[in-house]
Amino acid sequence: MIPASFDYVRPQSLEDALAQLGEHGDDARVLAGGHSLLPVMKARLADPGVLVDIAGIDGLSGISESEDGITIGAMTTHAEIEASASVQGRCRSLAEAAAAIGDVQVRNRGTLGGSLAHADPAADYPAVILAANAEITVAGADGERVIAADDFFTGTYETALGAGEIITSVRIRASAARGSSAYLKAAQQASGFAVCGVAARIALDADGAVERIRVGVTGVAESAYRATSVEDALTGAAPSAESIRKAAATAGEGVDALDDFYAGADFRRHLAGVYAARAIGKAWIRAAGE
Amino acid sequence: MAQAPKFIGAPIKRRDDPRLIQGLAHYVDDFNPPGTLHMALARSPYGKANIRSVDVSKAAVAEGVVAVYTYEETKGIGPVPVGGLVPDAKVPVQPILADKQVLFAGEPVVAVIAETRYGASDAAALVEIDYEPLDAVVDLEAALEPGSPKVHDDYESNEAFVWGIAGGDVEAGLKEADVIVKEKMTNARVAPLALEPRGVLAHYLPGEDKMTLWTSTQVPHKVRTLVAGQIGMPENRMRVIAPEVGGGFGSKLNIYREEALAAFVTRELGVPIKWVESRSENFLTTIHGRGQVGEIEMGLKNDGTITAFRYNVLADCGAYYQLLTVAIFTLTGLMLPGPYKIANIEMNATGVFTNKVATDAYRGAGRPEATYILERMMDIAAVELGMDPVEIRRKNFPDKSEFPFSTSAGLSYDSGDYHLALDRALEAADYPAMRAEQEEARKDGRYLGIGFSTYVEICGMGPSAALGGQGWESARVRVEPTGKATVFSGASPHGQGQQTSFAQIVADGLGIDANDVTVVHGDTDVVPYGVGTFGSRGTVVGGSAVVYARDKVRAKMAKFAAMEFEADANDIEFEDGRVFVRSAPEKSAGFADVAMMAYSAIALPEDTEPGLEETHFFEPSNFTFPFGTHIVLTEVDPETGDVEILRYVAVDDVGNMINPLLVHGQIHGGIAQGTGQALEEEMLYGEGGQPLNASFMHYALPKANRLPRFELLHTTTPTDVNPLGAKGVGEAGTIGSTPAVVNAVIDALSPFGITHIDMPLRPERVWRAIAEKRA
Repeated sequence: MIPASFDYVRPQSLEDALAQLGEHGDDARVLAGGHSLLPVMKARLADPGVLVDIAGIDGLSGISESEDGITIGAMTTHAEIEASASVQGRCRSLAEAAAAIGDVQVRNRGTLGGSLAHADPAADYPAVILAANAEITVAGADGERVIAADDFFTGTYETALGAGEIITSVRIRASAARGSSAYLKAAQQASGFAVCGVAARIALDADGAVERIRVGVTGVAESAYRATSVEDALTGAAPSAESIRKAAATAGEGVDALDDFYAGADFRRHLAGVYAARAIGKAWIRAAGE
Repeated sequence: MAQAPKFIGAPIKRRDDPRLIQGLAHYVDDFNPPGTLHMALARSPYGKANIRSVDVSKAAVAEGVVAVYTYEETKGIGPVPVGGLVPDAKVPVQPILADKQVLFAGEPVVAVIAETRYGASDAAALVEIDYEPLDAVVDLEAALEPGSPKVHDDYESNEAFVWGIAGGDVEAGLKEADVIVKEKMTNARVAPLALEPRGVLAHYLPGEDKMTLWTSTQVPHKVRTLVAGQIGMPENRMRVIAPEVGGGFGSKLNIYREEALAAFVTRELGVPIKWVESRSENFLTTIHGRGQVGEIEMGLKNDGTITAFRYNVLADCGAYYQLLTVAIFTLTGLMLPGPYKIANIEMNATGVFTNKVATDAYRGAGRPEATYILERMMDIAAVELGMDPVEIRRKNFPDKSEFPFSTSAGLSYDSGDYHLALDRALEAADYPAMRAEQEEARKDGRYLGIGFSTYVEICGMGPSAALGGQGWESARVRVEPTGKATVFSGASPHGQGQQTSFAQIVADGLGIDANDVTVVHGDTDVVPYGVGTFGSRGTVVGGSAVVYARDKVRAKMAKFAAMEFEADANDIEFEDGRVFVRSAPEKSAGFADVAMMAYSAIALPEDTEPGLEETHFFEPSNFTFPFGTHIVLTEVDPETGDVEILRYVAVDDVGNMINPLLVHGQIHGGIAQGTGQALEEEMLYGEGGQPLNASFMHYALPKANRLPRFELLHTTTPTDVNPLGAKGVGEAGTIGSTPAVVNAVIDALSPFGITHIDMPLRPERVWRAIAEKRA
C-alpha cells in the first residue's frame, strides 16, 4: 500500500505539460484526479518515474454549453458533471454515469479525462461516450486532434491516445428534440465498478419511430462496446416494451465477456441484455415524454 | 441504591465520539517517540512453498535500513501462543519468522528495520527469497481426501482435531421422527476488517530495563503476560497500552507475530520500533472468522416438534492456530440447540488444516454459525411440513416458566421469554400485512420474502472454569480528594462505549454526576490485571466488577460520613452530590467534603484506612443468554439476482440496558456485519492458496446505502447472574441477522422451488439458482 518513489511536476500550461511528457517519454504518466492511477501505484502495479500533474493548467476544467451541445473540460470532476444542469439537460445519461461512479470522495476528485484515458473496462463513462457518439479532443506535440468515440476505446486500459498526448475536452451533441438517454448499471458490491453498465441514447421521429439509437455497454467485455445488433433491431420502428426486451436480449450475445469470481462470463452477457432493456426503456420513456 | 437510577438506563451520548469524529483520538500510529524506527515484513506470496534461500544483502544496504532479521536471528522468540485446545488436537508451532517453509500467503519471512516507513517498505521489496512453490490445500473437503497435498509435512493428514458434543440420543430421535430434513451448508470464511488495522509500537529503555508496548488489542494484559513470555522478559518489566482501538470484532483478541517481533527488536536496538499493518496485510495475516462446511440432519414430528439435530462439520483452522482457533468451533456445539427444546443433539467436528491464515474469534465466534444452520433448518423444515415459520418456532420454544432452562448441550439458560420477543416482533412488523404484501407483489411478478431468526446466544463470558480460565474481570474505583471519581477497568473497550456506561454505573451508586466520573482502561501499569473485552463481556462482567468496587468505596465513604454525623453508616445516603443521614437529612455534607475527610485522615473511623480506592474481581456464576427475534423483508430481482432489504425489525432482549443508545449502536453495527456475511462477504482463494479478493476493491463490506432503517425494539428479561441484570449485546446483531436475511431471500425465491442457497448471496449466485430451477 506504499508506492515506489517517483518525481512529481506540476506544469502551469498545456505546452509545458506536453514538453514534460515529451522529455520523460514512457517513464511519465499524466496525473489528473489520481483516483485510478494512485491506487495502482500504491499496489505497485505501476511505478512511473514522473507524474505530470495537470491540475495547475487553466482551461482544462468546466462545462460550456452551445446551441447544439456541450463541451466538458477533461479536468472536470465527476461531481461537477453529476450536478451540472447543462449535462442533465443535454445528456442525462452522462450525469447518471457520473453519479454512479465510486463514492463522494472519488467523485469530488476524479475527472472525466482521467477516467477516459485510464480506460478501465469496468468504468462507467465509456458506455455513455459510445452511446452519445462523443468527440474527444486531445493535444499533443503536433497540435490538437479529435477522436471519435467509436475509435477511442481500443482495449483493456488501452485507447487511441498517442504517446505524449493529453485529453483536453469532450464534446457531446445535445439530445434530439424528441430524444433522451439513460445509464443504468449493476455495480460490483466492493469496488462500485460496473459489472455491467448500459447507456442508451435514443431519438424518435415525429411518429414516435426510432430515428437513431446508440447503445454502449461497459463492464462486460475487455473494452466498452456498442451493441449494434440491438441498435439495428430497433431503428426505424416505433418501440414497445416487448420489442425493446427482445432486441436488448442480444446485447451480450457473442461477446467475449470478462469472467471473475464476482460475475462469470455468462452472467455478464445475461446482464447486458437485462440492463440494455432497462436503459433503452428508460431512455424511450424519457424521449417520448420530453 | 435507595433512589431511582438517574443515569443507568439513560440514552447518554458516547463521550468518545467527539474526539473520534474530529480526528482527535490517539491510535497506535499516532504515537511517534523521537528516534522511532519502522518495521516492514517480506511476506510469502505463496500458499505453500519451500524456502530455498533468503538473500537480504540488497535490503541490508538500502538507504535508511538499520537492521534486517530472518528466522536465524529471531528463533529465540517463543512461538505464537495458542490456547482453548481440545484433547488430542495437533498443535503446529507457529514461528515468528518462517524458516524452511511458508504455509500461507502473507506469512512473514524477513523483517526490515529502517528509518522511515517508506524506506522499510522499499527495502523489504529488495529481499530476495527463492521459493519453490508447492501444492496448496484450499478446499476443506478435498483436504481430507487420501492423496491430498498436506499443509504440514510432518503430520499424516490435514486433520487437525476431532471433537464432538452430544446430548440425548440423536439416532433414537431420528427414529422417532415423522420427517427428516437434511441440508449441506457453508458458513464462508470472512475477514473481520476492523477500521483500524493492527499496529504495534515497542519502546525498550535499557537504563530502566522497562518496555512499553502500544498495541491495537482487545486484551492488553494477555498481551503482556504472553509476549513477555515469548521474549523472555519478566512481565512486570513490560507495560502494555491499548490506546484508542479502532474496532476488533475478535480479531484483536489475539497475540500476533508482529507484537513479539517488535518487542524483541526494540530490546536489541534500544530504540522505539513501530509496525502498522496495511490493509493488504490485514486481509492476509489478521485472523479470519467462520469457515465451516457441514451436513445437517434434523428430525421432526408432523406437528413441528424437533426430535433430533445433528451437525457433522469440517472446520477450517488455517495453517496454524491463533489464540482461540479451536475453541471457537466448540462454541458452535454449545449453541447448537439454540432457543429450542431439542432433547437430542450432536455435533461432530473435524478441524482441517489449510494453507490460509488462521480462523479465530470473529463477532459471534461460533454462535452465528450454529444459529445460521439451525434457523435455516427451521425454515427448511417448515416448508417440508407446510407450517408457517413462526409456528414451527413457537412449537419448540421453552416457556418462560421453564427457566432456568437446561439444554441438551449442557448449558443452563439463565432467563428468557422467547414467545414475548417473537410476539413483539410480529406485532411491530405487522406480519399478516407483510404476508399480504408478499402475495400482492407476486401477482405483479415481484418477489418479496420474509425471513425470521429467533436466536439465543451465549454472552458475558464467562465463568472461569467454563472458559478454561480467566472468565472474571477487574475494576478499581477511586474517589479523588476533590470528589471526582475514577474507574480503572481491566476490561479493554475498543468502541463499545464503556467510558460512558461505566461512568453511568458509578454516578448512580455514588449520587454524583456522570460527568464527574472518568473511566480509564487499556494500560497495564495503571489498571488492575484484567481479562479484556470480547464475548459480549465488557459490561456484563467488567461492569459488574465496577458495581462491586463502587459499592466498596461507597461503604467506606459512608463510614466517614457516619463518623462526622455521629450516625449509623447504614443510615447514610448519597444523592445529587450530597451525603446525608437518611433519618435526619439536615445532617448533610458535600460529596467532595466527605471525600476530603478520607484523604485528610485527621480523624479515622474505627478500623478504617485513609483513602478511597477499592478493587473488585468479579467472577460470574454463569454465562448470560440474551435472545430475540429478527424479521426481515427483502425483494429479489430475479433477472439480476439483486437483493434489497426493504424492512428490518428486531426485538432484542439483552436484559437491563445501562445505556439504550449504546445498545442500539451495537445492534445497528451487528446487523450490518451479519448482513455482510449473508449477502456479500467471503474470502476466496485460488488453487495456489493466494487470496483472490484481499482488498476493498474486491471484498465487499455492507454499505449504509444497502441497508434500510432498522426498526429496533426490546423486551427486558433481566438475569440474576450479575448485579446489573444485564446480558450483553456486542454480538446479538451479527447472530440474529445473518439467518434472518438469508431466510428472507429464500422465502422470496420459494415460488421457484428454491429451498437453500449458500452464503454469500451475491447476485450471480441468486440468479444462477433461479436459472437452474427455470431450466
